[in-house]
Amino acid sequence: MPRKFGTADFTSGLALAALATYIILRARQWEYLGPDGPGPGFFPLWYGIAMAALSGVLVISSVWRERSTGVEWKKIGRALAVWFALAVSIAALKPLGFVVSLAALTFFIAAVMYRRPPALAAALAVANAAAFYVLFPLALGVPLPAGVLGF
Amino acid sequence: MQGFAVALQPANLLWCLVGVVLGTVVGILPGLGPPATIAMLLPLTFLMNPAGAMIMLAGIYYGAKYGGSTTSILLNVPGESASVVTCLDGYPMALQGRAGAALGIAAIASFIAGTVGVLGLMLVAPPLAKIALSFSSPEYFALMALGLAMVVLLAGRSMMKALLAMLVGLWIAGIGTDPFSTTSRFTFGRMELLSGVDFVVVAIGVFAIGEVLANMEAREETQLLPVPKGLRNLLPTVQDLKDCRFAFANGSVVGFLIGVLPGAGSTIASFISYGLEKAVSRRRDRFGTGVVEGVAAPEGANNSETGGALVPLLTLGIPGSGTTAVLLAALVLWGFKPGPLFIPENPALFWGLVASMYIGNVMLLVLNLPLVPVFAQVLRAPVFVLYPVIFGISIVGVYSTSGSLFDVALLAAFGLLGYVMRKLDYPAAPLILGLVLGAAMERALRQSLMMSEGSLSILVARPISAVMLSLALLILLIPFFTKVNAWRLRALGS
Repeated sequence: MPRKFGTADFTSGLALAALATYIILRARQWEYLGPDGPGPGFFPLWYGIAMAALSGVLVISSVWRERSTGVEWKKIGRALAVWFALAVSIAALKPLGFVVSLAALTFFIAAVMYRRPPALAAALAVANAAAFYVLFPLALGVPLPAGVLGF
Repeated sequence: MQGFAVALQPANLLWCLVGVVLGTVVGILPGLGPPATIAMLLPLTFLMNPAGAMIMLAGIYYGAKYGGSTTSILLNVPGESASVVTCLDGYPMALQGRAGAALGIAAIASFIAGTVGVLGLMLVAPPLAKIALSFSSPEYFALMALGLAMVVLLAGRSMMKALLAMLVGLWIAGIGTDPFSTTSRFTFGRMELLSGVDFVVVAIGVFAIGEVLANMEAREETQLLPVPKGLRNLLPTVQDLKDCRFAFANGSVVGFLIGVLPGAGSTIASFISYGLEKAVSRRRDRFGTGVVEGVAAPEGANNSETGGALVPLLTLGIPGSGTTAVLLAALVLWGFKPGPLFIPENPALFWGLVASMYIGNVMLLVLNLPLVPVFAQVLRAPVFVLYPVIFGISIVGVYSTSGSLFDVALLAAFGLLGYVMRKLDYPAAPLILGLVLGAAMERALRQSLMMSEGSLSILVARPISAVMLSLALLILLIPFFTKVNAWRLRALGS
């Protein structure tokens, strides 16, 4: 049976090998052994070396394995779209505040990702944000990021 | 009897109830931990009787352990650091429609182990405290190494990926300012990273956000988790309780003994207890897929650790964790001197506290078990309602810990990492293990080598560390022995 590349393991192995290389290069810039004992470079150097070795083995072993079933890019795209929406809502925490950002994220998930009617999604967004506002800053006194609107 | 006379006073009973309820709520809410809650309530306790105040604060401490399992099981969001391990089997149990059984077994294990922890505190506090004093840096390093060796038992399908995940966890633990030399490591020039990456950010990101992202791949609207049907799935069955007999004992003993060691913490107790349970279980291959012992053991250890952690606090005046440090501050502010004379000089306070912990454990069991069906109803919510709530809880949990929007941004980054790890079949538990133990292990190793002027022999010359390191090595060799055994059986078969 012909050998094929195991793409996911090959890619992740390469990424980890790159991380390991970075760790080792940085660790070598710090003191390894000082007059008082091991320095800041001691531990990172050793786990960097271990990471490099293991990721190398992963890359090599992935070359000898069968290619796994095809990648479902549509599904991954959905997940990444949600992640992007989360990232945008987090970026909006400072200007818009937690309440508005969470409401917007809730609306996006309900209306866009799950195709609920806009009115329902809007109601859900308001209810969710209001519940968090009542529970945390008001009831429990836990501060949340406030935006230009003051909440 | 003197203790119960103090604990059963109506005012103290009320404070116990307030403490355990508050603790349960605190445990459920990610990020809002017992140390911060106790610190916030400290000024109020100056108006109270010291016994009542101590009973309430201790109630918050062990009550939080009960609450932490709820979000771990229902939402895969660890309520507090030690509840991370409960996610491993608790959430899969919920995915199988057995959320009620998981919550119930967590409450029962917490009760049994919490009671054992109190018994231990009562019976063996002074002599155990002396043994704990003999633990020095080499022993702590060996204990951390033993904890890391548990990665073998958390590996799942690929040992290599588990080890790589653990090493990434060690790297994340190393981000920040080196405590010995004040060198900043892997901070990428960001001031916010000088104090390191908070555990809560990584745990919630990798577990909760990563899980939600993975679930959202499918457009079909399904319920997040099957709602438990019938009483069988609302509470643990008799068979479940039988299956957990060793787990109850394991969690109780491991949690208490590790709790006695200052600085060890309930997270490592949970991991070791889980690893031990998996090692001896007849269905070890099913751990991580929703076995009830995988919930009972770490939850038991988590609660029993409370009793153990009070041993060095009360008998030596040494706090072992953030929470016990705040409790120590409370005792000093009230005019007490925790130490070898604390128990002889304050018998009413000590025995009153011990008795209240018995009562508090009963209260928690009575409170939590009937609430199990209520909590399980959360599962009826459609996913487009639940997922935004999970995102909201995650953001609040992280922001309430540090007040930093940078940490919230890191939450998103670790959420993406958690999703990628799921897609590429890298287990998350070893990463958390490396993160939790990495800093302490490095500190212990460097202190040990300073003590021995660079000689590694100090780690094997001391008997306790030698034994623990040998155990760690044996555990690491388990996969090798398993493979050799499999080859031998195949050879015999053919």
